[in-house]
Amino acid sequence: MWKEVLLLIRKEALLEWRQKYALNGILLYVVSAVFITYLSFGMGQGSLAVTTWNALFWIILLFSAINAVAKSFIQEHQGRLLYYYMIASPEAIILSKVVYNTFLTLFLSLLGFLVFGIIMGNPVQDIWLFLLNLLLGAIGFSACLTMVSSIASKAGNNGTLMAILSFPILIPILLMAIRISKNSIDGLDLSVSLDKLITLLAIDAIVVAVGFILFPYLWKS
Amino acid sequence: MRAYWWKILAILLLAYTLVAGLLMDVPRLPILNETIRALYFHVTMWFGMIILLIIAVIYAVKFLKSGDLKQDDISVECTNGAILFGVLGIVTGSLWARFTWGGFWTNDPKLNGAAIGLLMYFAYLVLRNSIPDIYQRARISAVYSIFAFAVFIPLIFILPRLTDSLHPGSGGNPGFNAYDLDSNLRKVFYPAILGWALLGAWIASLRVRYRRLARQFEEKLINQ
Repeated sequence: MWKEVLLLIRKEALLEWRQKYALNGILLYVVSAVFITYLSFGMGQGSLAVTTWNALFWIILLFSAINAVAKSFIQEHQGRLLYYYMIASPEAIILSKVVYNTFLTLFLSLLGFLVFGIIMGNPVQDIWLFLLNLLLGAIGFSACLTMVSSIASKAGNNGTLMAILSFPILIPILLMAIRISKNSIDGLDLSVSLDKLITLLAIDAIVVAVGFILFPYLWKS
Repeated sequence: MRAYWWKILAILLLAYTLVAGLLMDVPRLPILNETIRALYFHVTMWFGMIILLIIAVIYAVKFLKSGDLKQDDISVECTNGAILFGVLGIVTGSLWARFTWGGFWTNDPKLNGAAIGLLMYFAYLVLRNSIPDIYQRARISAVYSIFAFAVFIPLIFILPRLTDSLHPGSGGNPGFNAYDLDSNLRKVFYPAILGWALLGAWIASLRVRYRRLARQFEEKLINQ
């Protein structure tokens, strides 16, 4: 099982590396989104309020994560899916996709953070809490979005469906992540955010577990 | 008599809710005043919604195990009923908020949670209609409905507890227990929950029967 998962993750990374345009596209997407917000807020003059910085960062992250993960099932050919169906177990497939997408989302969010920090200034005081929060957020986002992308890929009409199915489901994770990230920007003590971190972890666990249980039923059809 | 006693019970309970809910004595509280009667018509909507959603998830799981479309019918119609209750809950809550908190919509975590929950289930309806094949539609929407429910529960039960809310029982507000729910309010509140939930089940069961008849008719047309 674990060997299978590792192999599938390697395959995902290899495929991504071979068609670099998708990866480069999404990286460019993050950078240009940050730049658009920078210009449209007219921030040549003054710096941004911390709450706005935080909200903008997470919204950009949300949209780039949706774009990055959406392709995990939607862009696969029908024939290739059939091939996976014959050689791998559904549990291994969902696990490998979730792990791979977590890395991808984490990578995107780190890049976003870097660009944000350079262009708009970096107000974060408690950097470790911020990074931990990014990791937990990335796990939740990728688990939700992988599941939704597999649902949307079955339903044909992809772009809109992906958005309307994933937005409401992502909101609990997004809300928790925004609150923890606000705490880490303000440099509050860890004990203030501990209950929120645990809640976020619990939501992540629920989403991953439910996805793991339900995916085989989707896969069969 | 055996099969429909619960429908009679629903009618009796709702009649009692209407009469007693509008006429019986209620505790007189500042700000709330007489609007506390909305308790029987607003809070009960959410109970009805949650009960119907739980039934819907149970039948979604049953469908995934058996692949029998009859269970999918029940799951869908319970979700439809839950959406109806949810919309009514938002509308009644909005009216109540207008006269106690001063606005139709306040930035309250429970309101936002409920609105997001409704968005989830509207998306469920869109998803269902976008899949032409009936078996695949039933299977995929069952998966989504379980997944959405797993997120919906923390959204409305856990998140509001972590922030301040205008609702009773959170953010330092006293719960309804503190407002003498012991005698008068409870006498109508509990029967009202049961009555509305039974009404929801009744509506759902009628629509399930309609759906099954429609499918039978369709099959007859195809096979003749």
